[in-house]
Amino acid sequence: MRHLISILDLSKEEIDQLIDTANDIIEFPEKYAEICKGKKLATLFFEPSTRTRLSFEAAMYELGGNVLGFSEAGSSSTAKGESVSDTIKVVSGYADVIVMRHPKEGAPLVASMKTSKPIINAGDGGHNHPTQTLADLITIKREKGHFEGLTIGLCGDLKFGRTVHSLVEALSRYENVHFVMISPNELRMPDYVKQDILKHGNVTFEETTDLEAVLGKLDILYMTRVQRERFFNEADYIRLKDSYILTPKKLELAKEDMRILHPLPRVNEISVAVDDDPRASYFRQTLYGKYIRMALILMLMGVSL
Amino acid sequence: MIVGKIDNGIVIDHIPAGKGMELFTDLKLDKLDCHVVLIKNADSKKHAKKDIIKVNETLDLNYDILGFIDPNITVNIIKNGEVIEKVCPTVPEVLVNLIFCKNPRCITTTEQELPHEFRLTDRENGIYRCIYCETKAESV
Repeated sequence: MRHLISILDLSKEEIDQLIDTANDIIEFPEKYAEICKGKKLATLFFEPSTRTRLSFEAAMYELGGNVLGFSEAGSSSTAKGESVSDTIKVVSGYADVIVMRHPKEGAPLVASMKTSKPIINAGDGGHNHPTQTLADLITIKREKGHFEGLTIGLCGDLKFGRTVHSLVEALSRYENVHFVMISPNELRMPDYVKQDILKHGNVTFEETTDLEAVLGKLDILYMTRVQRERFFNEADYIRLKDSYILTPKKLELAKEDMRILHPLPRVNEISVAVDDDPRASYFRQTLYGKYIRMALILMLMGVSL
Repeated sequence: MIVGKIDNGIVIDHIPAGKGMELFTDLKLDKLDCHVVLIKNADSKKHAKKDIIKVNETLDLNYDILGFIDPNITVNIIKNGEVIEKVCPTVPEVLVNLIFCKNPRCITTTEQELPHEFRLTDRENGIYRCIYCETKAESV
């Protein structure tokens, strides 16, 4: 049984195939409108999320399937003390594919060990968020045309930001990608990403605290939010939350064909005035995210196209 | 300081200096009823110092723990005053319930009876990571 727990569960070829399918869905949506008729997708969200859950639900509805699930742990049996293993064994009897978000890191992996249904990791704590990475990858591919040779700036919370970890893992497999990591010292990229992924893969990277100093050389600027829920200490969150704010004035330093991505939700790290700039790709990114999730559901359910 | 020879038992040699007590606890040698000696900071030809453990009884050792602490440790099995076998532990690929994940966000902190499993991810530097959250193992 195929699951998607980490972005590395997919080969480069499979990612290409997903992007191709998503592009075909964008072009010919009617071909896919009833392809999952009679199938059910369960969304088990033990942690609040709006866009990822709605994106999966919209994806399944647009494939003609149905959706069941819950959107917070308080309304699930977890509130009564049920384990992830038991919840998954029960839900496996009700759904054909299971999407899971959980605050504990590794919970979707545990789920995948307990079921014969495909599990899709929709975020596990500060660890992995592979379908966000798929949304990021299709956005880069559609807007830049390729991955090879790009200089990718990652800005904000690189310590707890699970989306950047997965994105680094995925992009490290392409030739001549260079990463520029922009963060306060307290929120730098964890060692395991730098050691295991970048240094072992001979991928070049640099670290800086100064966004404006490096903005001019970036092909992609991936902004992230400093997330309150990842901090044990409120004082640290307040001190770091406004470290980087992207404004039209700062964007004057960027290339004309640079693209700005953001996993959303945004708080204030990108000024609203930037939204009308053609380089702002983050709302298109959410839309592409739905289409690539449709392609993923089809792949994991083994639906023949 | 002189510690006598043993007739039947095991000698765990070439333990990195300072790790002997940790190994003593991890191997649960404190539970044995026979003579057990822990020598700290003994002179070493290879390194400046080493720790040694002598147990006056043959017993099944958990070689995964030894390999995790240092694969250069050697175990001499003694019978009738002679070394009949010298065992060198190998670096284990997987450690199950030998070390525990210290990441408070890891699923192992809440999921009942989930084995704590670590996998060797960097043989050169002896780095193990939790299979669930990828946190680096610190020690036994």
